[in-house]
Amino acid sequence: MSLFSGKNLDYLLGPLSRNNPVLVQILGICSTLAVTVKLENALVMGLSVTAVTAFSNVILSLLRNTIPNRIRIIVQLVVVAALVIIVDQVLKAYAYEVSKQLSVYVGLIITNCIIMGRIEAFALANKPWPSLLDGIGNGLGYTIILAIMGFFRELLGSGTLLGHSVIPQGWYAANGGGYMNNGLMIMPAASLILVGLIIWAHRAKNKDLIEK
Amino acid sequence: MEKILDIFVRSIFIDNMIFAYFLGMCSYLAVSKTVKTSFGLGIAVIFVLVITVPVNYLLDNYVLKAGALHWLLGDKAAGIDLSFLSFIIFIALIAAMTQLVEMIVEKFAPALYNQLGIFLPLIAVNCAIMGASLFMQQRGYANVWEATTFGLGSGIGWLLAIVCIAAIREKLKYSNIPAPLRGIGISFIVTGLMSISFMSFMGIDLSKLKGDDKKTETTQSVPATTDENTTTIAEADLEIEEKADNLNSK
Repeated sequence: MSLFSGKNLDYLLGPLSRNNPVLVQILGICSTLAVTVKLENALVMGLSVTAVTAFSNVILSLLRNTIPNRIRIIVQLVVVAALVIIVDQVLKAYAYEVSKQLSVYVGLIITNCIIMGRIEAFALANKPWPSLLDGIGNGLGYTIILAIMGFFRELLGSGTLLGHSVIPQGWYAANGGGYMNNGLMIMPAASLILVGLIIWAHRAKNKDLIEK
Repeated sequence: MEKILDIFVRSIFIDNMIFAYFLGMCSYLAVSKTVKTSFGLGIAVIFVLVITVPVNYLLDNYVLKAGALHWLLGDKAAGIDLSFLSFIIFIALIAAMTQLVEMIVEKFAPALYNQLGIFLPLIAVNCAIMGASLFMQQRGYANVWEATTFGLGSGIGWLLAIVCIAAIREKLKYSNIPAPLRGIGISFIVTGLMSISFMSFMGIDLSKLKGDDKKTETTQSVPATTDENTTTIAEADLEIEEKADNLNSK
C-alpha cells in the first residue's frame, strides 16, 4: 500500500472541508472564538494546534496497544500536556509577543476538544501513519477556519491585515472620509455570530450536512 | 470583603466563562438541548471548580512559583522556578480530582451520582475548569479565599449561561429557521446575541462601591471577614439560583 493511497489522502484532505473539525464535528470551539481578533494570532494558534494534534496522534497510536482502557484519559492528558509545554516554551522563545497575546489559550490547547476527540476517535484505533495524516488534516482544517475568521475580524475591526493597514487612511472619518472601523468585530460577540454565518454558508453548499 | 464580593460578581457576569472567554464551549453546545441535563452539568462544573481552583492555587503558590519551595528548602529554593510544569500539574490534578469527586459522590450520594451520571468524567476535559486554573494563576489572587470565590463565581456564571441557552434552544425547535442554519448555526448566533446583552454588565465596579463607614468597618474586622464572606456569597448564590429557576419555568 502506498503512503498516499486514496484512503490515506482522504484522511488528510477530508477534514479541510467535508469533515471540518470546527464546522462539522463542532470541536475546538473555545479557541476558535477567542484568538481570532488578529490574523497573526490565529495563524500561530492554528499551527500550534496542528503540531500538537499530529504528534499526539502519532504517539498515542504507537502506545495504543499498551494503554489499559480505564486510565487512557489520564495517559492522553499527560502526553498532550507534555507536547503543549514544548509548544509553549517554543512560542515564548521565538514569538514572545504573540504568546503574550494568546495568554491562557496556549495552555488550553491541552483541553482543546479537537486533540482529545481525534485521539479517542482515530488514533486509538489506527496505525501511526494514517493517524499522523489525520492529525495534520484536522489541524489544517482548524487553521483554515481560524484564518478566515482572523481575516474578517482584523480587516473589519482594525482595518489591518497581519499588522499592515490596508484601508487607505483618507477613507477614515477623521481624515474627511466616510469610513469607520467596526468596533463590534473586536468584541467576543462578533466571533460567535461570524462562526454562525460561516456554518450557514458551509451547510448551504453541502446540503447533506443540514440538521433535521 | 468588598474585594471578595467584587471577584464574585465579576466572575459571574463580567468575566463570564462563556460570554467573555468562550471556555467550556464544546460541552456548552453539546449538552444544552434540554434544561434538565444542562442544569445537572452546570452543578457538576461548579462542584469541580470549587475544589480544583483553590487546590491549584495552593500548588502554584507553594510548589510551582519561583522561590515557592522556600518552606521546604529554605534559601536554596530561591533559584528554583517550576512554573513551566504548571500545565501538566494542573491537568493531572484536575483529572485526579474529577476521578476522586466521582468516587466520593458515588459512595455517599448515590442519588446525585445517578443524576450527574456521565457528566462527571467528561468534566476533566472541559476547558472551563483548566481555564479557571490558568486565569487564577495569571491574575495572581491574594489568598486562597479569593481563589475559591473566583472558582465558585465562574462555575455559577457557566451554569447561568448553559441553562439560558438550553431554555432558548427548547423554544427554537418550534421556530422557522433557514435550513442550513438549523441546530448548531443558530445556537452560535443566539449565544452571540446573549454575549452582547452580557456586555452591559461591564460597567459594574464594586470596588468603587465602598462608602467611608464601610471602609472603617473592614479595616477593624479583618479576622472576622471570612464568616461574613460566606454568608453574603450564600445569599447571592440563592438569588442567582432563583433567577435561573425563573428562567427555567419561563
